[in-house]
Order: sequence, then structure tokens, then C-alpha cells
Amino acid sequence: MSASRRNLAAFFALLAVGAVMPMLAGQARFPQWLEIVLGGLMSGVLYSLVALGLVLIFKASGVFNFAQGAMVLFAALSLVRMMEKMPFAVALALTLAIMVALAWLVERLVLRPLVNQDGIVLFMATLGVAYFLDGFGQIVWGNDVYTLDVGMPKEPKIILEKMFEGGILVNTEDLIAALIAAILVAALALFFQKTSTGRALRAVADDHQAAQSVGIPLNRIWVIVWSVAGLVALVAGVVWGSKLGVQFSLQQVALKALPVVILGGFTSIPGAIVGGLLIGLGEKLSEVYLGPSFGGGIENWFAYVLALVFLLFRPEGLFGERHIDRV
Amino acid sequence: MIYRETGQFKTTYASDQQLFPILQDRIFVIAFLVFAFGAVPFIATDYLFRAILTPFLILSLAAIGLNILVGYCGQLSLGTGGFMAVGAYAAYNLAIRLPSLNLLVVFVLAGLCSTVVGALFGIPSLRIKGFYLAVTTLAAQFFLDWAFARVGWFTNYSSSGSVSAPPLLFFGHVIEGPVEKYLFVLSIVCVLALVAKNLTRGAIGRSWMAMRDMDVAAEVIGIRPLYAKLTAFAVSSFFVGIAGALWAFIYLGAWEPLAFDVNRSFELLFMIIIGGLGSIVGSFLGAAFIVILPLALNQFPTALGIPISTATISEIELMVFGALIVFFLIAEPRGLARLWAIGKEKLRLWPFPH
Repeated sequence: MSASRRNLAAFFALLAVGAVMPMLAGQARFPQWLEIVLGGLMSGVLYSLVALGLVLIFKASGVFNFAQGAMVLFAALSLVRMMEKMPFAVALALTLAIMVALAWLVERLVLRPLVNQDGIVLFMATLGVAYFLDGFGQIVWGNDVYTLDVGMPKEPKIILEKMFEGGILVNTEDLIAALIAAILVAALALFFQKTSTGRALRAVADDHQAAQSVGIPLNRIWVIVWSVAGLVALVAGVVWGSKLGVQFSLQQVALKALPVVILGGFTSIPGAIVGGLLIGLGEKLSEVYLGPSFGGGIENWFAYVLALVFLLFRPEGLFGERHIDRV
Repeated sequence: MIYRETGQFKTTYASDQQLFPILQDRIFVIAFLVFAFGAVPFIATDYLFRAILTPFLILSLAAIGLNILVGYCGQLSLGTGGFMAVGAYAAYNLAIRLPSLNLLVVFVLAGLCSTVVGALFGIPSLRIKGFYLAVTTLAAQFFLDWAFARVGWFTNYSSSGSVSAPPLLFFGHVIEGPVEKYLFVLSIVCVLALVAKNLTRGAIGRSWMAMRDMDVAAEVIGIRPLYAKLTAFAVSSFFVGIAGALWAFIYLGAWEPLAFDVNRSFELLFMIIIGGLGSIVGSFLGAAFIVILPLALNQFPTALGIPISTATISEIELMVFGALIVFFLIAEPRGLARLWAIGKEKLRLWPFPH
């Protein structure tokens, strides 16, 4: 067992002890603890949804897309405003078309002129795109708080009543969101593994030049990847929007997805999922059990610090590609 | 023609290494300083001092600090706002708890506090690189935001969470009025800009740049990454901390943690991108651009007589900001500083083509 493996194992052992601790210390009964764990895992799934978009784009084009949060907001805003005038299915299709158009525009106006630039330049360009989208979306669609109702049941449900006294309270909405996320991930995995476009995408992710030399059109691949990221943003926007309402603060969700991607590794889709679950879990547990002794409000930074500590053990994230420097 | 170096011979190493080797540059800089110190206080209006000159100078200082870290050492940081807050709250606590302390000492000590915190959050940079590091600097930002909002000691247990600066006592004289504040800030910024310029020209600046260009190669030729990266974080945080203290004490007067949130970090990052990464002049140009742009955008529709609500203006501002950043990155990835250099080069040859 190598030293880094041992460190990793130690980190997870610590995490597990931290997670189980409150129950062993008698602070919480088992059902209550389970409730918190489930809640954490489900909000983790939602973080994964945003993180997924980031990972897709980074994998295929090496761009750290800061605009993912703005895309989530923009998609949700477009959908909610168009739903006022037309049925849900039409609005959804139109929003999807808008996201594809956006992907095409970004590729044409931002990525293509910046080809061969440093990663940091591309990252800052996506910051510009994020600002632009924030302003544009609010000018076109308005800046109020809109409620997005896509017919998700909102009442919490009590399960496992037979096993525990009082049962466990579960948010149905979160449950459906987790289901949607699972379907999305499965669909993406199929798309990447089984279709020829998916194979081309993976080839580009592996090596730009080699992919180009066997005749894969880079520009088209980028449009496709940004469109897929737009689709993921739309799904995330629907789920988050119906949970929190569609408003400007929705784009803050992207900031929550950043520790998820660095924890999971920038280049790994499973990493985004596992990272999301870990962050969601850690956040909830820490908020409930550690929060009071810190004075509350620690969920804003806890995820980041968790990711930071983890990176000290493994700088390329959980599933990220090991980085080898050559002179 | 005007900007001609013919006949200016360098006969000593000292004259070869001086800051402005060309006579015209020296004359220009001296004339500019004389103008800034001597003429501006008499001709500028209060509005100009309050809304443009003072914030511009303070943000330039912060931009210089960030540029040292990002532009010279290549460590992308999104936690600048947090380090500014450290400077501001350190200055506040020093001034409140030790009222007899000279204002300059307060600011320097505040800068040193920020240095310590910055170096602490710089430690991960030894292991974590690139975007992973950028995200971990956000940890600093959010943690510091939270600490200043929640830990009562920092705000002297103020019930609203907002604090106000004590009177600015400077050698027995209270600094008041926009002109005095402007001169005070201008002096500090001039001195620190000179320090920054010389640091980046010297051995330490070269080791930062070697780190930026390729860290493994730099290590091979004998630059210690630990030393180079942590000094970059420390020096950068010192500048940013002093800028934060000035921002809070001189510009804002009374503030709450929100004044130093993550948007401030992004704003500073834009300044150095638009101004030019790895350039001291660029930090000034970028700061000027970002300070003046929103004001100009505000004036523009009113001047044309089009009624637009303030919400729409702020949204248009966001759009223009975003579009300009993308435009600058495409048109001139090295920013306004590069345009400035090109202009100077053109002036050297003018009116001849070669």
C-alpha cells in the first residue's frame, strides 16, 4: 500500500468516524441520524447535477466553465417565463433550443477566437460569459422571483414506519430529483459509451491533436459538449428552481458545485457524483452537529474546507487523472 | 521623434539598471507626479475625489497586490476580497484597541496581519495547482466572510455587524475632507507601487516569474518553490491587506463584511485581466477602467435622455462587463498595459515608418 493510498484511507476513515460519531456519542437517535444522512445525500445529488455540467466541458475542451451557474439560472428563467405563455412541453423544447443556440454562440464568439490560449485565459473568458448571461437573462426575462411548478409533489413523506418508531421523514421532491439525476447520468453514460458521437467526445477529451488528426471536427464537438452541458444546466435549473424558486441567487448554486468538482476530480463523471454525495453529506452533518458550536452558518465554507483538506492528501481529486510534470 | 533615445548613453551599470532608463520617461513620470500632488488638489471637484480618484487609487493598490500573485507568480486566486477584509478588520481592531497608535503603523500592522493569513492560505499552493488552487482560495474567501460576520470579537461585538472607522489621527492631525484623504492615499500608493515595481524587477520577482512560467523547470534551476510561492502569497496579501484597510477607513468609513465579498474578488481579477497580467502599470489602467466604466454607463442614458431604471442599468452593466472581458481576452490577451507599450513603441518611431 503506497503512502498516498494510506493517506486516502486515513482521510475516509476520519470522515466515516466523523459521520458516525454523533450517533455513537449519544447525541442523536438512529432514525434522526439516518434522516440527516438521507437529506445530505439528496442535496448532494443536486450539487452533482451542476458539477456534471462543469466536468463535461472540462473533459472535452479543457475549459473550466465558470458560466455553468449562470447557464443554470438562464435556463430556469427562460423555462419559467415561457411556461407562462405556453404548455410545459413546448416551453421545455424551446428552452432546450435556446441552450443549443447559446452553445453554438459561445463556441463561435468565445472559444474559437481563443483557441490555443492558456487555461487561465479561457477560464476568465467563461467568467465574462457568466456576467453577460446574468445581465442578459435578467433584462430579457425579468429579475423577480418566479415560482417554477412542474408538478413535483412537495409534501414530505414518512417511510420505514414499521422499522422505527415515528418513521423517517423524507422529502419527496428530493427523492424525485435524485431519480432524475440518476436517469440523466445513466443516459449520459450510454451516450458517451455507445454512440459514435460519444466516442468522438471521449477521443477529444483524451487528446485534442490526435482526435483532430483522425478527422474528428473539434469545433462541432465543442458545440455538442456545450449543448449537453446546457441540457444538464436545464435539468439542474428545473430541479433547483422548483425547490428554491427561480431567482438571481440560483447562480450561487454553481459556487457550491466547485468543491464538488475538485473533490471528485475535474475529469471524472463518477467523481462528480461521488463528490456531490460526499459534500452534501458532510455539509448536512456538519451543519447539524458541528454548526451550533461554531455559531452557525458554517455551510457556506465547510464544503470548501473539506475539499481543501482532501486535496492536501490527493491533489488531483478523487478520480482525477494523475498529473505528471515533465520539463 | 519626441520620444527618442538617441544620444542617451549608459556608461554605468547603475544607469543601465535604473527604473526609467529613458530621459523622456523620467520627465513624464515626474511631471505626472507633480501634477497629481500639486495641481489635482486645486482643480478637481469633491465628486471627482470621492467617486473616482480615491477608489481608483485604493483599488489600484489591491490590483497590484493581486497582480503579484496571479500575474507574476501564476497562482490564480479568488480570495482577494477575504484578504482585503483581513486588512480592514485588523486595522479596525488595532485602531479601536490601541487608540494612541499612529495611523501609518496601524495600516502597516494590518498589512502584516493580512500577510500572515495570506501565507497560511498559500500553503496548499505547494501541493495543489491550477484550477484546483483557484477553488481552494475560494475556501479562504468564504471562511473569512463567515468569520467576520459571525465572530463577535472582530467587530467589537457590534450588534448590527457593521463597524465604522475611528477618526483618522495622523501625527496629531485628523485627516478630513476629500483632498486630504486623496493626498494621503496617493502618497501611500506611490510608495507601495515603487516597492512593488522594484520587487518584481529584482531576484524575488524573477523567481516568481520562473515559477509562473514552469514550476518544475524553476525548481530544477534552483528556485525553492516553497519560498517563491509563499513569498508571493505573503507580499500579495500585504498589499491587498493595506488596500483593504484604506478602502474601509478612507473610502467607506463604515462597513460590513459584505463590502469584501466574493464579487470584490472577481472585480479585482477583472482589473488585472483588462489591465494586463504581470504589469504594474496595467494594474493602474485596469483599476481606472473598472472604476470609471460603471459611472460612464450610468451617465450615458441620462445624457441621451433615455429613462432607464437603476435595475436595468446594473443589468446592462453586467452585460457590458462580461462582453468587454471576452472582447479584451480575444483582442489583446495581455491587456491595456500591452496597448500602452505598443503606443510607446509607435511614438519612438513616429513620424517615420521604421
